[in-house]
Amino acid sequence: MSHYEAPIRKPLVTGNKTYHQVTEDIVRPIEGRANKTWWIVFSIALVAFLWGLGCIIYTISTGIGVWGLNNTIEWAWDITNFVWWVGIGHAGTLISAVLLLFRQRWRMAVNRSAEAMTIFAVVQAGLFPIIHMGRPWLAYWVLPIPNQFGSLWVNFNSPLLWDVFAISTYLSVSLVFWYTGLLPDFAMIRDRAKLPFQKKIYGILSFGWSGRAKDWQRFEEVSLVLAGLATPLVLSVHTIVSFDFATSVVPGWHSTIFPPYFVAGAIFSGFAMVQTLLIIMRKVSNLEDYITVDHIELMNKVIIVTGGIVGGAYIIEYFIAWYSGSAYEDYTYLSFGAATGPYWWAFWALIFCNMIAPITLWWKKLRRNIMWTFILSIIINIGMWFERFDIIVLCLSKGRTPSTWAMFSPTFVDVGIFIGTIGFFFVLFLLYSRSFPVIAQAEVKSILKLSGDRYKSMRAEHGDDVQLYELPKQQPLPDFDKLIEELENKNEEVAEDGGLVETLILNIGKASNDVADDLKKLTGVGPALEQKLNQVGVYTYNQIVKMTEKEYHILDQLISKFPKTQARFWSGEANLLNKN
Amino acid sequence: MADYKLLAVYEDDDHLVKAVKETKAKKHHIDEVYTPFPVHGLDKVMGLNHTRIAIASFMYGVLGLSVAVWMMNFMMIDDWPRNIGGKPSFTFFQNMPAFVPIMFELTVFFAAHLMVITFYMRSKIWPFKKAENPDPRTTDDHFIMEVSAAKDNIQSVAEFLHSTGAKEVSLKQS
Repeated sequence: MSHYEAPIRKPLVTGNKTYHQVTEDIVRPIEGRANKTWWIVFSIALVAFLWGLGCIIYTISTGIGVWGLNNTIEWAWDITNFVWWVGIGHAGTLISAVLLLFRQRWRMAVNRSAEAMTIFAVVQAGLFPIIHMGRPWLAYWVLPIPNQFGSLWVNFNSPLLWDVFAISTYLSVSLVFWYTGLLPDFAMIRDRAKLPFQKKIYGILSFGWSGRAKDWQRFEEVSLVLAGLATPLVLSVHTIVSFDFATSVVPGWHSTIFPPYFVAGAIFSGFAMVQTLLIIMRKVSNLEDYITVDHIELMNKVIIVTGGIVGGAYIIEYFIAWYSGSAYEDYTYLSFGAATGPYWWAFWALIFCNMIAPITLWWKKLRRNIMWTFILSIIINIGMWFERFDIIVLCLSKGRTPSTWAMFSPTFVDVGIFIGTIGFFFVLFLLYSRSFPVIAQAEVKSILKLSGDRYKSMRAEHGDDVQLYELPKQQPLPDFDKLIEELENKNEEVAEDGGLVETLILNIGKASNDVADDLKKLTGVGPALEQKLNQVGVYTYNQIVKMTEKEYHILDQLISKFPKTQARFWSGEANLLNKN
Repeated sequence: MADYKLLAVYEDDDHLVKAVKETKAKKHHIDEVYTPFPVHGLDKVMGLNHTRIAIASFMYGVLGLSVAVWMMNFMMIDDWPRNIGGKPSFTFFQNMPAFVPIMFELTVFFAAHLMVITFYMRSKIWPFKKAENPDPRTTDDHFIMEVSAAKDNIQSVAEFLHSTGAKEVSLKQS
């Protein structure tokens, strides 16, 4: 089998790795102990999470009034955070689904963590609409279920309900996509684990994955179909989130450009967050050979493209607002009024973070500079938060009636819940990074010969058709006669030990193959079971007729998978068959 | 009747595929092959049938779409029609544009989840299922081919497997 890949393509796995070394590298963070830095970061994240939890409890027990919302601005940080987190949750499925369909092999180093990030981010996103309900224990009212108000159903014309379906489908499909990919990797950890507790946990998590050829065939097909399903899904989710705004009549929200522009923005911010997390993780978990500078550069290219789409959309929005000549459009989030009005800082934060700063990535040097990528990824995350803040708060702050114009200022509860979700996100991600295989090792192994530098250099040296393996040192064949004897002795011992066969034959009488009846006519007996029955000395209907509960019990002990329930009919059936 | 299985252990995927081809050519029966990662082309060499799980997924998707259409028609048109923002609610087709997002989401929901459940059931993987790979190394970097053999020709099959370059050959009762 040839593993040809154009030599011009840079290796995706460096460090001269073999299959076994990949295994070792991936399990090291799991089998090792957490260092001090991990504990410090984890503690900070946990404190932030608990602080946020306190603010959520305060909100729910007191009411939404503890937030900074007012009559004019009835959506602010909550929905900003919701859209921000959902957007971040887009990169994972994009990497694993869209890049799978495009056969981009570099995705394999980052897809596992990006998908984990997706799931954790969508969990944060989902919190906000539920808290915003004010009475989250009634959250089930968004489901189309029969209820005590007569048959008053949920409103399928509302984009808010579309959101419920879109987000829950996205979360659950991403989750199974991620988990199915994890099964072989959990199995790998299970089979290496030394502590019985670890072995048990990873055994349960791996669902008993054994890696048969047929399993792998299905596995790959399932991955491909899920990718095909998840691709339109990931595009639909942010499209539908944008409908929350686009189907309304608020100037600045009522905009047909929103769906594509929201999707591009979501991927833009999602990739920025992937960069933030992975640049730290590759260092902490020593994964530089798998997540190389080339991976970082490729993700930066995605950021350039999606950032370009976002920037283009800003210019169009600004132009259309101005060109309409409508006075109401002069204070939408991208307009002269916004740039010079009381929210000028939010406007310019957006322009700087999302349009100006990413321009630096057009220089290859900066694109491959890890420190700059890290700083920029944080700038973009801030910028994308401001984008949602601007869309929501700026557009609401100066509506059609000047008497309602107002500003928004957050309370400590608004800030606390936001910080809490960041803490929660990092708590989940840090736990994940120490207990999950953070790189899809089975997939990486499947491309190792194609894109690993070890094998690429072998081909460069010896030509493309070189044999990429050495024959193993063979162990001599064992003495099979002895092995067979041992196995057979073991079988006899088992049979003799209980003396069960003797008891059985004593009760139902002896018979032999010469007088055998067709036992397959009995309920639930096939050729395999017939053979097993013959082995313990059951051949004829006469014997079966004599069987009682006691004999069935003996057979149950002697024969694996003995159909005890069906066996109760045999006696009667054999009686009839005998008479025929 | 093949009472025994011979387990041949290999250290490399290319080597394994070559051995599978040779074993097939000799008309030995390959019971199973365990690998740590998907080996491309292995299913073809082994002569496995193509999986039909994608077709199943398509049918689940159709089911999801039908459920969505039925549900929204029942709730919004038949059972309790409401005038919301002037969106016409007299017939399903007039109101349908507003239903498209959920029709799409439920199609994906059914197709994805039922396919994955089908996969788990068909491949017999679920929580608390015990793993059945014969050697823990098959999830790391070893590949095992199981070949069935009758008692009389164990020695000859084993010698053949040895000649394919297998690292180890061992015996198991089936």
